[in-house]
Amino acid sequence: MAEPAKQIEKKIMDKGLEIGAQNLTAEQIKRVINRVLKSESGARLKAYVDTCIHCGLCSEACHYYLSHDKDPQYSPVGKVKQTLWKMLKTKGDVSADFIKKASQIASTQCNACKRCAMYCPFGIDIAYMMLTVRRICHLLGVTPLYIQDTAHSHAVTMNQMWVKDDEWIDTLQWQEEEAQAEIPTLRIPLEKEGADIMYSVIGPEPKFQAQLIYQAAVIMDVAGVNWTMPATPGWDNSDMAMYTGDNEIMGRVKRAHFETAARLRVKRIVMGECGHAFRSVYDMGNRWLGWRMPPIPIVHAIDFYYELIKDKKITIAKKFKEPVTLHDPCNVVRGGGLAEKARYVVNAICEKLIEMHPNREHNYCCCAGGGVINCGPPYKMTRMEGNRIKAEQLFAAKSRGAKVLIAPCHNCHSGLEDINHHYGLGYEIKFISDILYDVMEKPV
Amino acid sequence: MLTRIEWDWEPGSREIANISQWQKKFNWIEEPYVSPNGEKIAAIVNLAEGEFNVCVNGDTWETVFDKIWYLRFAPDGRLAALVSEAGEWTVAVDGITWDNKFGYVWNMMFSPDGKNIAVAVQQDMTYGMALNNIVWKETFSNMTNPTLSPDGTRTAAAVQVVGFGEGEIHKFQKGAFTAALDGKTWDTQFVNVWKMAISPDGQKTAAEVRLNLYDYTIAVNGKPWEQTFGCVWEPVFHPQSMAVIAPVRKNGKWFLAQDGQIIWDRKFVQLWHPMVSENSNKLAAIVAAKYGKWTIAVDGKPWSVSFGDLLTDAVFSPDGNRIAAAGKNDERWLMVVDGVVWQNTFDMAWQPVFSPNNDDVAVKIERDGKYSIAVNDRIWDQACDAIWDPVFSPEGDKILLRTLQDGIYTRRVISVEEILR
Repeated sequence: MAEPAKQIEKKIMDKGLEIGAQNLTAEQIKRVINRVLKSESGARLKAYVDTCIHCGLCSEACHYYLSHDKDPQYSPVGKVKQTLWKMLKTKGDVSADFIKKASQIASTQCNACKRCAMYCPFGIDIAYMMLTVRRICHLLGVTPLYIQDTAHSHAVTMNQMWVKDDEWIDTLQWQEEEAQAEIPTLRIPLEKEGADIMYSVIGPEPKFQAQLIYQAAVIMDVAGVNWTMPATPGWDNSDMAMYTGDNEIMGRVKRAHFETAARLRVKRIVMGECGHAFRSVYDMGNRWLGWRMPPIPIVHAIDFYYELIKDKKITIAKKFKEPVTLHDPCNVVRGGGLAEKARYVVNAICEKLIEMHPNREHNYCCCAGGGVINCGPPYKMTRMEGNRIKAEQLFAAKSRGAKVLIAPCHNCHSGLEDINHHYGLGYEIKFISDILYDVMEKPV
Repeated sequence: MLTRIEWDWEPGSREIANISQWQKKFNWIEEPYVSPNGEKIAAIVNLAEGEFNVCVNGDTWETVFDKIWYLRFAPDGRLAALVSEAGEWTVAVDGITWDNKFGYVWNMMFSPDGKNIAVAVQQDMTYGMALNNIVWKETFSNMTNPTLSPDGTRTAAAVQVVGFGEGEIHKFQKGAFTAALDGKTWDTQFVNVWKMAISPDGQKTAAEVRLNLYDYTIAVNGKPWEQTFGCVWEPVFHPQSMAVIAPVRKNGKWFLAQDGQIIWDRKFVQLWHPMVSENSNKLAAIVAAKYGKWTIAVDGKPWSVSFGDLLTDAVFSPDGNRIAAAGKNDERWLMVVDGVVWQNTFDMAWQPVFSPNNDDVAVKIERDGKYSIAVNDRIWDQACDAIWDPVFSPEGDKILLRTLQDGIYTRRVISVEEILR
């Protein structure tokens, strides 16, 4: 490990942290920390803490560490040391200021991307430890404001964007109408019980990116898929409560999602290009509720496009010409094993794929995931400065000819847009569906 | 409306409509629905761009609408849909629209006898409920969890009564939501109000509430239980005592509570969908007795059989002494009745139906892309392109099958024995 560079402390004002920490008492902090450490985290956390030999090999895995000139404060183990270890060592005897700082570190300086788990000789899941810190901070009411607001939206509406019940349905009908201008008989079938597939999206799609629903409808229609979308809450697969440590709301949102699919008697849930939502429905949310695996199988968009292209349900009229590079989203590639299927799809629809390095499960995180981008504008520079390494990686791919960056994950997409602009990389960033929709055979 | 006893229960089959003929008349026809007595089949049909109608047994409604969705038969056989005309939405029943028109309508609900129809409505970005064309006097800036009372005469929902702006998380955490029954709100506000139940006598409303970011309980007519929990799920009213029963989470495990007190002596990894039988006072719920092992607990005792993937759609027999549910193991759907799993497995199975005499259990099933009916683990020897839930005759000796094959919708009555033999 190299020597650290000089650290310049920058103060970020976040009312979620400031006001939340104002009324904390020492007794309350101690009670919550010990409750989580003893009753909730249990053997798993103890195994991690007891196993870690403080070797620091996790450091080289972390984009924050690499982007901050190997400052050990930003190493995964350094972040554990500044947060959880102190809580453990003091048996919860820490100050409100400490909690505030711990919340900021856990929520904005770790994307829970799990790259470090691959570099740890023991496979210790440091992301889990950071999420445990977030859980403690949630129970103390000290969470960054923007993501807390999003968790509130999940709690009220069961979606991420305060989309009201009627607005959701109205948006689907609007997109159906728009798409009928292109394919007059196209439908977005609502509440079709017994369809093969329920298509699920994330809150920002009806709110800001309705064209993605349009594209999905065209893909489903052309491929002849027997599909449906629900007209009730439960349509949103996303989950910022998972990242604030509000496990109860995570469970409530996931229950609505799976029970909606079960009510519609679909055989599978196909989800759009989102990474964290995949983690929530495939790993964390379902398991908190007591399901070992999703009760209705989940198919990520990458997997679904792979299936459609391989089975020739979609044929490609003309491949996308511009050279592309592919960003492997952590949750679906490192967490879901979809690296090769993503390449199959990209190679099927694009003339030239130029790999960025490292790639596949070794790819660098976008620095938006894990709820960090959802902590909002106060932390934009945290993400930009914390992911210089990503900009370098993207620049290298660009210097080898890549012009378009494919990011098959919503948070990656938004985070990479910021990196792209901040570092002046000049990429055009697209979802797979943007390209697939453009290049596929469609009825004339 | 004919009661079930007055339906045609003469064994035999009758072709009701050839919906493939409809294809020639319309641009497209949407998913068909059939009446409870099987005498009608209906679908939303598209006539031209922005022109929709409903076709029932080959005849269309008189009025053409700009858009129609959520076509469903009420339990009394009336045909209802959500329709749009000149930018306004309302409910149409047998082609006749309600007088009231709205910015949007959704979440249509029927009372068990079909006499009452309720919808959630939005007008000028305020929200409320409408029941049989009568709208709440008071409307709200947001509304979720629309609910209809067991007899269908009252409506309730979770409503927002305090405004908060984007990012005003601490104002939100002081409580901005409450429940409204027929538009009249509780006096108390909560951080969140979710699923609710209206008592059988229509006098009480109980709801899941969150008091702050981490304390949950059940509130009845606005008054929270004294006990708080780590989480709660949907409350139900006991049909006789009017006690409120709900799953509650304590120290990471789930329990069943009544009026705030834990009543089952066991804890579960999960416990939800509590249900009380009308006639036997039995209490049951879907539970995970162990992690990833789903079963039914009756009066606190879990069945010995369990399912790995999912257990859903549990239902009591009319006398309340039997329970059936649909389960899933390794991607295969199964039926479980009184703790015994059927031998047959299915690509899909729907909610089971008990015969009125409690003896038999029938269910709609799917295998290899075709649909049929199974009764007591015996599968009817015909498979169709579509089939609807089976309906037993009042004596329970016959079964009404509503089937679609090669575009022909057929109403059949067969003896239960015909499937069982």
